[in-house]
Amino acid sequence: MFAAFFYLLRQRGLHVSLNEWLTLLEGMEKGLHHSSLTGFYHLCRAILVRNETEYDRFDQVFLEFFRDVPYQGELPEELLDWLDHPSEDLHRTIEELRSRGFPDETLEDLLKLLEERLKEQTSEHNGGSYWVGTQGRSPFGNSGWHPNGIRVGGRSQHRTAMMVAGERKYRDFRKDNTLDTRQFQMAFRLLRQLSAQADSAERVLDVDGTVRDTCDNAGTLKIRYQHPRKNTVKVLLLMDSGGSMDYYSGLCSMLFQAATKSNHFKELHTYYFHNCIFGELYTHPGLRGDSTISTDWVLKNYDSSYKVIIVGDAAMSPYELREHRYNWSQGTYGPSGLEWLARFRAQYPYLIWLNPEPMPTREDYWSQTHLQLGHLFHMYDLSAEGLEAGMKRLMVRK
Amino acid sequence: MDQTFTGSSHYVASDELMGAVNIAVTLQKPLLIKGEPGTGKTMLAQAVADALGKKLIIWNVKSTTKAQDGLYVYDVVQRLYDSQFGTHGVDDIARYIKLGKLGEAFQSDEQVVLLIDEIDKADLEFPNDLLWELDQMEFYIPETQETVRARQRPIVIITSNAEKELPDAFLRRCVFHYIEFPEQAQMEQILRVHFGQLEEHLVQQALAAFYWVRQLRDIEKKPSTSELVDWLRALVAGGIDPDRIVSEIPFSGVLLKKDKDLHTLRRNLR
Repeated sequence: MFAAFFYLLRQRGLHVSLNEWLTLLEGMEKGLHHSSLTGFYHLCRAILVRNETEYDRFDQVFLEFFRDVPYQGELPEELLDWLDHPSEDLHRTIEELRSRGFPDETLEDLLKLLEERLKEQTSEHNGGSYWVGTQGRSPFGNSGWHPNGIRVGGRSQHRTAMMVAGERKYRDFRKDNTLDTRQFQMAFRLLRQLSAQADSAERVLDVDGTVRDTCDNAGTLKIRYQHPRKNTVKVLLLMDSGGSMDYYSGLCSMLFQAATKSNHFKELHTYYFHNCIFGELYTHPGLRGDSTISTDWVLKNYDSSYKVIIVGDAAMSPYELREHRYNWSQGTYGPSGLEWLARFRAQYPYLIWLNPEPMPTREDYWSQTHLQLGHLFHMYDLSAEGLEAGMKRLMVRK
Repeated sequence: MDQTFTGSSHYVASDELMGAVNIAVTLQKPLLIKGEPGTGKTMLAQAVADALGKKLIIWNVKSTTKAQDGLYVYDVVQRLYDSQFGTHGVDDIARYIKLGKLGEAFQSDEQVVLLIDEIDKADLEFPNDLLWELDQMEFYIPETQETVRARQRPIVIITSNAEKELPDAFLRRCVFHYIEFPEQAQMEQILRVHFGQLEEHLVQQALAAFYWVRQLRDIEKKPSTSELVDWLRALVAGGIDPDRIVSEIPFSGVLLKKDKDLHTLRRNLR
């Protein structure tokens, strides 16, 4: 009877299998849910969720299914109801907020203001600095920016929203938040391909094998050797640098550190470009003229067995992608940025694009190149989750 | 359900945790416990064993541990050694098979609690190698052509510090619970279990200071329950005036282990 719940969980990205579902039904048959919704919630969570990073997602789906609360919509009724009956949790939240010390606007003031605002407001609102809605600089609503704002539904964008409607305690565990180098390193660890180096001359004594064979041989010594197993993954890292990427420099340097610290790669080469790959790449993020290296050289020297990771926000003016640049030294027009990218795509079957900016939902002048390249490449968000998905993609041929 | 876990006199468990334990016991599935260091993951197994009156077998996993070690070890070297001197019984391979912790749990006549501690320390493949054994509760010893089957399905509790991602197939077979960091009220209970009698004012002040330190933004290694217990011990031993605790945080080295964190604390105290 809860089949719809099962499908909703799957739809929202929780990979619940039939096996677990059957286990859940078995648990209910044995009365483990204690005939209460709370009991059922705990039973479901224990069996269906396998990682604390998924607790938040599960909470949302559970809320959505059992309280008819839309995932991301206007919920004035819900919210007002909640404001009228502040839970214990609210009390704690207020304490927490106080201890953090935002002196300008107290939470009570904000809540009162929000209540009034909601009464005044009669229609949907996006942008601006007064009404409850999405974007804009009003203290209420989501996807906007106000230092002490209250987030109403939606996701935290600027990480300043002080409070979220609904008890989403596990939000911090979500994997799609970008966190620290360790998580990146964990993701990079996925990128390994151990293989016995049959071609190398190096051989080491196989102690276990020798002992076992000697025993099988009734005590007469029989030596066995084996080839050492090594990671054969070779990585080519191409990073966008400067311009719009400056916003993400912290994130990118974290990725770079994680990549260099992951000493299990057989080879790791890093080059930099600005906005799009053209005839020249740089060996230094400063993109100085003396650190250039020709892109042709890179393509010739690194064969298709390399796994290529391009990092960039893919935001540029469209002409940068299509224009044929004049090459002063040869007096000819070189290939366009798009053609260079196509060459990389043709040469490397293992190629992903990591983008610090999430895929835009609608097209405008700056995002059109992002969308276009997103269609052309396997593009992932530069977050722990995106990187993990990307690494898995790099292990299989397209 | 004939046996229910409701915490023990030495261990305070939240309702959710008790629920998860009982789900795992009833459904006969391994219970996977995650949580911040110092939230009592390892102690849980001891508490469950005590509460249900069962024997506890602990398998401490290290980075070099292989799944095979938990099943059995075939001591070939000893056999080789014995064979040189023609010791009696060399023909009998079974003499050189030593059961590991998992094997021990299977062989036990009574149901036991098996703790597989810090499973994430081992190699990435480790959990996958145990899938069949934990699922079917049996394994085969080719040397003696014998199958070891669990006489009583043990209650398996697995802890992980999330150092490595566990494989999906493994996770699917477990009941999962994440131990949240205890709230202040629960923490008071925990302290009572540890200390018995403590001066009320001291506890309140220490807790206030403790939770204040935890919520400081730049603290990298947040102090946990075990650090709080040590700290309280130090405060009592030092005879510190409770009113000084919040404003000065004496013995902060007990709470915070990193230079950087201590520095952050000092900056915030000013």
